[in-house]
Amino acid sequence: MGEDVRASVYGAAANLSKEFGPDRVIDTPLSENGFFGAAIGASAVGMRPIVETLTSFMWVGMDQLVSQAAKMRYMFGGQVNLPVVFRCVMYYGGGSAAHHSDRSYPIYMNIGGLKVVVPGTPRDAKGLLKTAIRDDDPVLFFEDGTLLGTRGEVPENGDMPGGDHLVPFGKAAIHRQGTDCTVVAVAGAVPLALAAATELETEGVSVEVVDPRTLVPLDKQAILESVAKTGRLVVADPASKVCSAASEIMSMVAEEGFWSLQAPMVKVASKQVHVPYTPALEKLMYPTKDDIKAAIKKTLS
Amino acid sequence: MAIEKSKLMLMLRRMWLIRNFEETVIKAYTSGEFGGAAHPYIGEEAVAVGACVALRDDDYIAGNHRSHGHPIAKGGDVKKAMAEIFGRRDGYCKGKGGSMHLADFSVGILGESGIVASSVPVATGAALAAKLQKKDFVSLVFFGDGASNQGACHEAMNLASIWKLPAIFVCENNQYAVTTPYKSTVSSEHIADRAQAYNMPGVLVDGQDCIAMFEAATEAVKRARSGAGPTLIEALTYRFEEHSLGLGRIRRSEYRTIDEVAEWRKRDPIKIHEGRLLEMKVASQSEIDAVREATKSAVDEAIEFARKSPFPEPSELYEDMWSDKSMPIP
Repeated sequence: MGEDVRASVYGAAANLSKEFGPDRVIDTPLSENGFFGAAIGASAVGMRPIVETLTSFMWVGMDQLVSQAAKMRYMFGGQVNLPVVFRCVMYYGGGSAAHHSDRSYPIYMNIGGLKVVVPGTPRDAKGLLKTAIRDDDPVLFFEDGTLLGTRGEVPENGDMPGGDHLVPFGKAAIHRQGTDCTVVAVAGAVPLALAAATELETEGVSVEVVDPRTLVPLDKQAILESVAKTGRLVVADPASKVCSAASEIMSMVAEEGFWSLQAPMVKVASKQVHVPYTPALEKLMYPTKDDIKAAIKKTLS
Repeated sequence: MAIEKSKLMLMLRRMWLIRNFEETVIKAYTSGEFGGAAHPYIGEEAVAVGACVALRDDDYIAGNHRSHGHPIAKGGDVKKAMAEIFGRRDGYCKGKGGSMHLADFSVGILGESGIVASSVPVATGAALAAKLQKKDFVSLVFFGDGASNQGACHEAMNLASIWKLPAIFVCENNQYAVTTPYKSTVSSEHIADRAQAYNMPGVLVDGQDCIAMFEAATEAVKRARSGAGPTLIEALTYRFEEHSLGLGRIRRSEYRTIDEVAEWRKRDPIKIHEGRLLEMKVASQSEIDAVREATKSAVDEAIEFARKSPFPEPSELYEDMWSDKSMPIP
């Protein structure tokens, strides 16, 4: 359910309405407090709703996400499960200005009670979404708008063991092995980190790219093992720099992997300002391939 | 409407259970047996009881911070309710919810919300589930006059109406949002008038009259179950105690007069109901006395149960966050 999902203005629910009918694909009013809450309530009594929204509209329904979805289970002593998924599309980098460019996933890491999923490849997007729908806890599934045109291999269900392509939560993907520096890359930063690693290879630098895929739960072990191998860490995160996903990952490595580090860690995140409309300024906002390359070199200098 | 004796006596029993429960809670709070906040429901018993007696066991309710009356009215266990307020392991929520979140899911309670109006969309979602699953349960939500001004409340009523959901919105208008009178915050004469905007019936009920409340709720339930859609009921009621225990400053505020409180106390919902039972010759005074005494014993047992129940162990701190037991502790 969501706004204009039958027409699927953004394409994520394309043709679902024709296939499943109006009882299962529901257009809602512009009413996030109302229909976020309705989805949560329906999930409390045996349904498995999927809500489609944009990150920027989540603020409008924030009370339902935080006071209800996140807290109900704990506050009521485990009496209820809420198997609800929010597909949260993040459009940024295309001149949408401050109200339509939010990369807000770190905020939900802070709340607790919400699983936070940030796929970086088409294969993971499919496998993680299927896992999210089957999960009995509330899941926020962040879809990075800069990745929407990405092409990549996606397994058909029939090709997989058990007939399902499922990617488990809390298991990072090592997209590229390396020995000199670890880059942990989140969502839209994944292809940038891979491109940076490819270019640096020609300069004789071996970069390992780790994609956490889910931030709650976070695969601490994979990150710590990679840092133990390379001794250096760059975290690339399209969210705003302060209290970002990168902040949490770096804090975790400082606490639990400090003695593996041979150089200070470097954070590559968005600038701590609101997204300006003009392309002249917006292009300065987000992590780039070159920023990541420079950060890797800094750890090696 | 002819109402069978068993229902009329159940109303009396549940109102007395709430009254005795609340009086015991006030004493326990005052003597320091538990802390935090607690919002007594004394004076408003007829609203929750009249509405809940009109429901089936498989119907859902949700409520708000003034959360002791709703679960008891729906048939929740008073021992577990008291243990929850005492922060004990045997409480409804294993001590994690406390006074503002008393919720017994085993009797169809979707939870009581400390954020006013926040549970209104959630209850509407249960009604959506009933419709989509083609089941005939209904979902009823209690909220106050203060909550009636929240966007969540309006959004939920609009959703319920456009989708013709089996939802019942019960506004407990106890005249004040903490200290602010509803007359100064609600733009229409009555909150029930707002139903017009959502194309649903808006019913104004004497919230001190349990039978009137039961009749209004029964009509709304019938409408909901038949697929005709939601109803808004505004119950005019009054909280006899202050907004919350532990807010001493309110007692010194002059937001309402002693005379006004005294006038409303003359309209005690339990006395009104007992008068009706005698007048209709449904019950004798001795039967009524027996109900009252039985509820006193039940509440005495509840507080003993709560006192004996252990506090949760430190190891229980992280329990219940996730249904997924493999979730790591960050």
